[in-house]
Amino acid sequence: MEALVATAVGVMTAVGVFLILRLRTFPVVLGTLLLSYAVNLFLFATGRLYIDRAPIFTEAARAYTDPLPQALVLTAIVISFGMTAVVVLLALGAYLDTGTDRIDLARQDDDEDVT
Amino acid sequence: MMNHWIIAPIVLPAFVAAAMVLWMRHDIVLQRVFSLGATSAAFAIALLLMVFASDGGIEVYRLGDWPAPFGIVLVLDRLSALMVLLTALLALIVLLYVIGSGWDRRGPHFHALFQFQIMGISGAFLTGDAFNLFVFFEVMLIASYGLMIHAGGGQRIRAGVQYVVLNLAGSTLFLFALGTLYGVAGTLNMADLALKVASLPAGDQALLRVGATLLILVFAIKAALVPLQFWLPGTYANAPGPVAALFAIMTKVGAYAIIRMFTLVFPTDSAVTGSMFADVLMPLALITLGIGAIGVLGADRLGRLIAFAVIASMGTLFVAVALFTPAGITAALYYLAHSTFAGAALFLILDLVRERRGRAGDRLRAAPPLEQHGLIAAFFFAAAVAMVGMPPLSGFIGKLLVLDATRAAPMAVAIWATILIASLVMLVGFARAGSVVFWKPAPPPKDMEPARAPAPSDALALGAVGAVLAIMVALTVFAGPVNTYMTGISAQLFDTAPYIAAVLPSSGGVQ
Repeated sequence: MEALVATAVGVMTAVGVFLILRLRTFPVVLGTLLLSYAVNLFLFATGRLYIDRAPIFTEAARAYTDPLPQALVLTAIVISFGMTAVVVLLALGAYLDTGTDRIDLARQDDDEDVT
Repeated sequence: MMNHWIIAPIVLPAFVAAAMVLWMRHDIVLQRVFSLGATSAAFAIALLLMVFASDGGIEVYRLGDWPAPFGIVLVLDRLSALMVLLTALLALIVLLYVIGSGWDRRGPHFHALFQFQIMGISGAFLTGDAFNLFVFFEVMLIASYGLMIHAGGGQRIRAGVQYVVLNLAGSTLFLFALGTLYGVAGTLNMADLALKVASLPAGDQALLRVGATLLILVFAIKAALVPLQFWLPGTYANAPGPVAALFAIMTKVGAYAIIRMFTLVFPTDSAVTGSMFADVLMPLALITLGIGAIGVLGADRLGRLIAFAVIASMGTLFVAVALFTPAGITAALYYLAHSTFAGAALFLILDLVRERRGRAGDRLRAAPPLEQHGLIAAFFFAAAVAMVGMPPLSGFIGKLLVLDATRAAPMAVAIWATILIASLVMLVGFARAGSVVFWKPAPPPKDMEPARAPAPSDALALGAVGAVLAIMVALTVFAGPVNTYMTGISAQLFDTAPYIAAVLPSSGGVQ
């Protein structure tokens, strides 16, 4: 199980890093999404991997798993979900405003105004 | 009985911002009244916290009254009180400028985002929990995304996309770092981390070093330290001027986080990390300073020039931080206060120039003279003198303190040479920019309509710039008392036992 989780985190991180290095906004957004998946899985695993253990106190439970990483993951999921929505809207806005979805800032044309 | 004032700088802007979004979204006057009221109150509270912290005690606020390390704690010590005060003071001045210049009318929700930004920054300074630090970083960043693209425009939104994507990657890195620390040490409370890190078995130390390295990378992104400085010029030069002025404190959040984590949790005498970060930070700080100075010389727009000057100031700041000695941190804190206001002043002046130059914008080329030409030129001159570090303003004293603190450092010759040469290069860059913008006016073209008449409330905007410069004069005049206070802060920082004992009473504070 450890090997499976570790591979999943590794592959998703690698793909995510590859994608955020692309030049167009769509793959970059996908890349940030994959990175957030990877980190959520990673955070979950920091409480060690157990199967069938209770996270909070119950009478019947004999062993417990660490509940804190689950709370951390929940926070991280909420934040990364909101952030993805923001970056999608921004990328769309930039595309509609400038007609290009390239991520790099070209050298500003000398006649273009910044106000 | 806990001191509930400690959480006020977080709760107050949060409620005011939410109220603005819900009930006053169409009423700019009401928004201005509430925003100004809340920011003034935040400033008063920050002064009060400063008084609480000035006796050298460390006050802990346990959220929900859960004992640390199980609950989240806010910690008020001298350093966090100073940072919250700087934030509130800067926010108040920037807000006056925004109202005076009418920037808040150019897009929706400026004041709500502004309050959320203050909430995030104050929270990051007050928290005593590493994961909570992440959450406040996110609050601060989310608000900054909105502020950065305020008033829109294609170029600005594209710069905003870059800024957001970079910070998303940074946040992911932050989570990886926290996960690693938690996986090894089993806690994220900073005081508890300090205890656990000090007593870690040798087998876990390598993993912890990885976590610490990831953590310093995240903070270095925020603090624009080479090689992670590349985002700053595009972001700051494309953000609205007053927003860039507020962002002057955001780079300092990164510096604060490094100072806090790497004096408390990973001090240079720690068995885990030793002096490895100090050894790497010093050359990087010098390169940051060099790149900033070269950028100042090579910039073709005033906005980019000021952004590179901010990078250079972060370089100088980190030269002092990288010593990790009480004298170094004292100098760093004085320089931090100075460079926050110097950067903010320059960005506000940049906005004054941009607004008045019409099509020429902030390009470094001859253009018809500005409205209120003499006053703005004088402002620019004073702010540039402060930023470059020439006498008589606070930049000079700050640089002197940094130079003095590095006298005994192993790389003293390289440090002195870099700082002095970079100052000269920046002096040339600023002199050139100032003379092009203010001294070589082109004759006004005949077919063009006259530049816009200054708005009636421009006096408020100009007054705000004057106030920043007045603060720098005050920092210069009262350099002695300020420096004494900063010495108190760094003494408290390096004496970690009281901090740990205050957060974790049961540990007895033994390390």
